[in-house]
Formats: sequence, structure tokens, C-alpha cells
Amino acid sequence: MQQTIGITTVDVNDEGYLTDPGQWTPELAHQIAQAQGFELTDKHFEVLHYLRDRYAEGTPLTIRRIGKSGLVTIKEFYDLFPGGPLKVSSKIAGIPKPASCV
Amino acid sequence: MKNLLILGAGTAGTMMANKLFKALDADAWAITVVDKDEDHYYQPGFLFVPFQIYDAERLVRPKRDFIPDGVTFVVAEVEEIEPEANTVRLTDGRALGYDLLIVATGTTPRPEETPGLDGELWYRDAFDFYTFEGACALRDRLATWEGGRLVIFLAESIFKCPIAPLEFAFLADSFFEERGMRDRVEISYVTPLSGAFTKPKATEFLSGLMAEKGITVVPDFYVERVDEERKVLVSYDEREVPFDLLVAVPVNMGADLVEASDMGDADDLNYVPTDKHTLQARDYENVFVIGDATNLPTSKAGSVAHFEAEILTENVLHYIHGEPLDAAFDGHANCFIETGHGKATLIDFNYDTEPLPGKFPLPLLGPMSLLKETRANHMGKLAFEWVYWHLLLTGKPLPVSSHMSMLGKDAGTPEPEAEPA
Repeated sequence: MQQTIGITTVDVNDEGYLTDPGQWTPELAHQIAQAQGFELTDKHFEVLHYLRDRYAEGTPLTIRRIGKSGLVTIKEFYDLFPGGPLKVSSKIAGIPKPASCV
Repeated sequence: MKNLLILGAGTAGTMMANKLFKALDADAWAITVVDKDEDHYYQPGFLFVPFQIYDAERLVRPKRDFIPDGVTFVVAEVEEIEPEANTVRLTDGRALGYDLLIVATGTTPRPEETPGLDGELWYRDAFDFYTFEGACALRDRLATWEGGRLVIFLAESIFKCPIAPLEFAFLADSFFEERGMRDRVEISYVTPLSGAFTKPKATEFLSGLMAEKGITVVPDFYVERVDEERKVLVSYDEREVPFDLLVAVPVNMGADLVEASDMGDADDLNYVPTDKHTLQARDYENVFVIGDATNLPTSKAGSVAHFEAEILTENVLHYIHGEPLDAAFDGHANCFIETGHGKATLIDFNYDTEPLPGKFPLPLLGPMSLLKETRANHMGKLAFEWVYWHLLLTGKPLPVSSHMSMLGKDAGTPEPEAEPA
């Protein structure tokens, strides 16, 4: 289905995750984050680009892996994206919700 | 004469030794299995030990009894693999060369990865139950425990047998009820996942069972540390769960030799990057990986190792004959879930299909039921112990396909995948 975020219309699934990561723009990220109640800083964008790069490589994403990335500690990751940080950051990064293996 | 070397004589390594010993020409291939321990444990039985359903002693047998005559069994610790040199170095200084290597070195709980877990409280008020020692220590503690807050927690989303902690919660409910002290025990299930399980239909079913049994699920809780003095679990976002008795599923990691050999993946959990269909190591064509040692996106469980063993046997033969590796593992997993009071449920799924309701293994007839609590499922789980020792480990055929079947399953309306935190 389609959803209009700010002035952009994008394809999303029923939980609001972009179904085509190619439709993502930094501006869109700002708008998704604002809808969740926070403003993005440069640090947020470093993490978002890291997530998008790993997703593009086909690497499964876990909180532990992000903690090992050298970008942020797990605690900083929680501070940047409160709640379920991997779910929240993936939505803002325009990539699918990470699936678990079990 | 060529050398086939298998590292690890757990469920996966032992099955491979048996299957390949039958399949390979003994004049052309010498098979060697290396493991650091003499004892083989029936790991599904660990769950029953804390509740005194099984005696611990019945779970242990000599590994040698399950390695075929004609296969060399070496009891030694592996220091590292040198994949460029096709050599494995042992800690005693010996080196073993190979033409084809199978890594089946499994995974183990690492309580030391969570600050405060492996300290003063360990095996006093905090336990694991995925090790023989942990299951026995917890049995002794439960025997005299007078009640309070029992907290079961998962430190990571990837761990050995994702079903067992749910079973532990159900069996604990049943155990305390039978002892007439259920009203003195609060049971909480603390998980980094968003619900009791990850796949939607199974999560819905299992969440219902949790609620019915008065077990509180605390989702999206990623434990940073255990505060030993206050006996509190603390999450990375500073939420707290107090406990009197803690049952941990610690961070699980693959063997240290994987790290020493620089063959692990970026999670730093020592799992070997493996092709999800062929089971060939991503970086080395004469290395194959099976069971809990892989980084595959399926469960770490004996059933998965069993289905992988069928596929890997075919692909090892293809590799040896210079043929394409066309046997493809589909992520098939199949788990009984003990739910207490003499009942169990059953799930069957793979990479692409979540656990669905239905009958198993025969469509309509069962006798087992998927996503339903029945006595027949419980009897199936108990009967599996015999099957494990007598058929599975020795590589005999079982009446369960290595590929998941949709026969007998009720697919219903497709739903989106659930996810970790």
C-alpha cells in the first residue's frame, strides 16, 4: 500500500515499513522520526547509513552487531532510538523490519 | 587415501560420521572425528532434570558407543583450523591434515558475557539449564525453594533451542502447582523479542498458554547486567525486573576455535558463515558446517541438525565426485514443546513457512497435532529419547522428511513476520 509522509508518497507494508529501500531519502527519515516524536542528529544518520549498507549487503541485523560496529554502544543505540531500537531505526532507515531466525 | 575430518561429536558430528562411513568407500577415505569430551549428553533431557522428571544419569552415554568401528575417534581439544593449509591444530601440539572438513563444534552458554550473572549468584540463586551441571544445580535449588519471584530470561535472540525456555516456564507452573505452592510463585518470562516466540501464529498460541498459566511475559527487554546485590535484571534502557530465583538462557557462542581460526561472523558470536542451502562454508570450498556451529537463520536445535545431516551427506558426496552441490536445505525445524500436566504441543517450520496448525507427520491422521496441546504430543516427546539413541545418532532413516511438507497444515491467511527488538 501507499502512504504519504510529508510531501512524499512511498510504498509501505501494513506496519509502515518501506517496501522499496530505494524510495528512502534523508528528508523522509526526518519525517518518519518526527512522527515518532524525535529529531535526528548526525549520529542518528551514521547509524541509519550503517543499517542501510548492511541491509544492502544482505547481512542480518542484530542489536549485538550494531553494538560491535564501532559506531555506537548498545546503550547509545537505545538512547538514540528509544523503545525497540532495531525496529525503530529500521523503519527510519527505510529497510524491512529485521526478521528473527527462531 | 584421502582424509575427511569432523570436528565435534555432538548430535550433528556423530550423525555425519555414521552417514558418511556408510556412504564413502573405506579404501578411498579415512574418517576422523575429534571431540574434547568422552561423554555424549541427550540434551533435550536437560529440561526435565530440574523438575525431577528424569534422573540426570540417564542422559549420559559414551560418545565412542555411537562412532562406528572404522572411524578414528580422537579425544583432544582443537586449538585452531588453518583453512589455507587444510590443517587442524590440536592444543597438545598435534596437527591433522584434511581433504574435506566438517565443522560441527556446536554452541555453548556463556554466562560471563552478561555482567553480574557469572558471579556471586551463579549456581546459588541464578542458574542455566542448558548444561548438565546447570540442570543438576537447579534441580537441587528447586527442591528446597520456598517460592517468590522466578524470572526466566533470554540474554540474546540467538541461542540453543529457542523453545526450551518456554517449556521451562510451563513445566515450572506445573511443578509448583503439583507441590501445592503455585500461589507462592510469580513466574515472569523476560525476552529481547517482541513476544513469547517470533513467528506470528506460534506466538499467538504460546502467548495464550502463558496467559492461561499466569506467566507474565516481559517483551523487548535486552538485559545489560544483573545487579547482584539488589537481585535485579537491568536492561539497556534502564528498566528493571527484580527476582528471587533467576533462570538464565545466557548469551550462546560457538566454539572458541572458530574465533581463533578467524572463521566467525561479524556478530562476534563465533558462528561460521555458511551457505543456507548447501551448508558449504562461505569462504572455503572444502569446508562444510552443520548444526549449531552455522550462522544459518534457523533454530539451533537437534531436529535442524538432523535435517541438515541428510542434505549435507548428499552434498559431501556431490563435492567428492566433482558435481554441483544441488541438495538444498530449506531451514526445516521441528520441535515438541512440553506444556506441563502431561501434555505437549508441536511445531514444524522452515526458512519461509512459519509454524502452522495441522497434523504431523501424517496429514489428517497425525498422530501428533501441530500448535495444539495433546497427550499424544507428550508421548511423542518422551518416545523421542529412544529414537535419538537408537536411530538418529547412528544415522538410520526416520519417517520424517528432511524437507518441510505442507501436507496436513492449515495455512490460513498469511501474516507478516514478527521480529526481535
